[in-house]
Amino acid sequence: MSSPAANCPNCGAPVKFLWSSAVQTTCEFCHSILVRTDVDLKKVGEVADLPADASPIQIGTEGAYQNKSFVVVGRIMYEYEQGGWNEWHIVFNDGSSGWLADAQLEYDLSWLSTAPGPLPPEPDRYQTIQRQGKTFEVTSITKAHYKGVQGELPFEYWDKADMMFADLRSTTGDFATLDYSERPPLLFVGRAVDFDDLHLKNLREFEGWT
Amino acid sequence: MPAVQTKSISCPNCGGPVQLRGFAHTLTVVCPQCSSILDASTPEVQILQKFEQKTQITPTIPLGSRGKIGGTQYEVIGFQIRQVAEGEDNYTWNEYLLFNPYHGFRYLTEYNGHWNFVHVETALPEQTRARGKVAVRYEGKAYLAFDSMTAQTVYVLGEFPWRVQVGESVACQDFVAPPSMLSAESTGGEITWSLAEYMSGAQIWQAFKLPGSPPRVFGVFANQPSPYGGSIGSAWRTWLWLNVALAALMLFFMFISPGRVAYSDHYAYSQANKGNSAFVTPTFQLKGRESNVELSIHTDLDNNWAYFNFALINDQTGQTFDFAREVSYYHDSDGIEGSRNNSVIIPGVPSGQYYLRVEPEMETNSAFMSYQLELRRNVPNFALFGIAALLLLIPPIVTTFRRGSFEAARWRESDFAASIAKAGASA
Repeated sequence: MSSPAANCPNCGAPVKFLWSSAVQTTCEFCHSILVRTDVDLKKVGEVADLPADASPIQIGTEGAYQNKSFVVVGRIMYEYEQGGWNEWHIVFNDGSSGWLADAQLEYDLSWLSTAPGPLPPEPDRYQTIQRQGKTFEVTSITKAHYKGVQGELPFEYWDKADMMFADLRSTTGDFATLDYSERPPLLFVGRAVDFDDLHLKNLREFEGWT
Repeated sequence: MPAVQTKSISCPNCGGPVQLRGFAHTLTVVCPQCSSILDASTPEVQILQKFEQKTQITPTIPLGSRGKIGGTQYEVIGFQIRQVAEGEDNYTWNEYLLFNPYHGFRYLTEYNGHWNFVHVETALPEQTRARGKVAVRYEGKAYLAFDSMTAQTVYVLGEFPWRVQVGESVACQDFVAPPSMLSAESTGGEITWSLAEYMSGAQIWQAFKLPGSPPRVFGVFANQPSPYGGSIGSAWRTWLWLNVALAALMLFFMFISPGRVAYSDHYAYSQANKGNSAFVTPTFQLKGRESNVELSIHTDLDNNWAYFNFALINDQTGQTFDFAREVSYYHDSDGIEGSRNNSVIIPGVPSGQYYLRVEPEMETNSAFMSYQLELRRNVPNFALFGIAALLLLIPPIVTTFRRGSFEAARWRESDFAASIAKAGASA
C-alpha cells in the first residue's frame, strides 16, 4: 500500500503518512490532531506545544532490532508524578508496528499481545502472569496521563484522563506493560534493550555532545 | 531539528545562575550558590528544600567532569553523600550521578578508595540459596547476601532526574559475587535493583583524567575482587604443571643415566662357614665424572633378617665409603612386613678402580641365604625430586592462605560475618 498524502482540514498543509495503517496523525504545521476516515481527515483536537523533552529519539529516527529495521512514526508522551516518558510508535519494514519506550533513557521494546490468557482486572503489585513460557511479575504501578501526541498512531488517542499502567518484568530481561485505559487491559510484551542494541540513526543532537 | 540546547535557570532564592547539564531530564537541581534544592521540571522554578550546608564539600570528581567508562562518555552531573547510622555502624559514602544523553544514567560510588560503576537493572533477580546461604540469582550468577542497611541522603550537589531530598532514607540490601554486587533499594513499595562493578581508583583517575594519584584504599570492600581469587586456581594449576615438568625431568634423567651396572654377582651365606663371613669382591671400574653409586641387595630371605656391612674402597687411593643395610622380610596371616630387597645410594664417588668389602650377618640359628649384589653408577636420585615436589607446594599454599585472609576481611564487614566467612573463604 502506498502512503497516501492528504491535506490538513484545518490549515490545508499537506499531511504525509509514513505508515499506511495509521489511524491518527498530527499536522506538523497547525498541531491539529487528525483522524482518518474513509474519505478524508477529520480534526478531532489540537495538541498543545509539546513540553521540552530530552529523548534522543525523534519522528524519523531509524533503527534495527534483531535484523528488522524500523522507523519512528509517532509518539505518546506520558506524565506522572515522578516525571514522564515517551512511547515511540515504530513501524518495521514488514509493516508491523510496535512501541519503543524511553523512560529516562532506559529503553524497552514491546508489541501488543493478543495471545489468549487471563489478565489481572486491576493492577496489583507482585501479581504474576504467564506469557510465551515466561513469568512476568508486576514491579511498578504508575498513574499517568497523556501529555501530548505526535505523528502517526495505530488508534485514536487524545484523551487526557489519568490511567493506570502496570510494568512487569521477568528474570531474563523480558518486559511487559498492562495498559488499563481499556477493559480488559491491553497487554504489551517485549524486552528491555540497551541503547546500542537498537542501532539508531537520525537521532537528535545535544549541545556539547557530538 | 536543531541540537537540543543546554539551559540555565535563575535560583528563586538567591538569584544566582544555575546551569543544567541533564537537559529536560533534570527534575531537581541544587543551587551552587545557596544550596537550595530547586524544582527544574517546570518553567516557574520552585524551591523544594532550603537547607544549610555548613561546609562546602568538593567532590573528588568535580561536577561537569567527563570520563569514558566501557567505551561510553559520561558527564558527572550530580553528587550525593549517603549515610548509614545504625548503632556501631556509622559511615558515609559518595555517589556520583553520570549522564550521557543517549545511553542514560549511571552511578559511581566511592568509599574508602573503593569505586563501583553502577547501572540500574531491569530484569528481576530470583531468590535462591547458594552455599547454604540466602542469595539471589541474576544472569546465571549467584550473589550472596552481604548487608542490609538504611541509607540517608545527607548532602547533595548538582542535578538529578528524580526529586532528590536531603534527609530521605531508603532501605538497601547488598548481594555480592565479586567483582559484581547487586543492590536492592526499596522506597514506597517499589524495589530498584542495580548492578555494581568494582573499579580501582587508578581506573577512575584514568577515565576522568584526574590530577595526582587516587587516595589510599582502606580495608576490603564487599565486592572487591580478591587479588588471590583468580590466582588461587592458577597457583594450583601452575603447581600441577610444574609437577608434570618435574616428572618429565625425572623420566629424562632415568633415560640419559639409567645407572650403568658396574658390578654384579650372586652369593650365598651359610651358617656353616661360621667365623669371619667377610669377603671382598674383584675390582671394577667406576667411570665418568664424580657421581653417585647405588648398591642394591636382592635376597631370598623368608621370615628372617640379614645385616650387611659394606665398604666401597678405592683400590688406588684407599678412599673408603662405609655403609650398612639391613634386609628383613616377614610374613604371616596378618600380612607382610619388610622386603627381600634393599638399596643404598652413596653420593659423590670419584671415578677409579674400586672393590667392595662385604660382611653379611644373620641370626645364629639361621641356616642359609642366597643373595645378589648389584652396583650401579650414576643413578637418578628420586629423593631430590621428592624434595623439589614438596618445595613446589609452598606458593599455592601461601596463595590459598592469603586468599582465606582476604575473604575473612571481606566478610567481617558483612551482616552475615560469622556464618559466611568459611563459605566465602573456601570458594
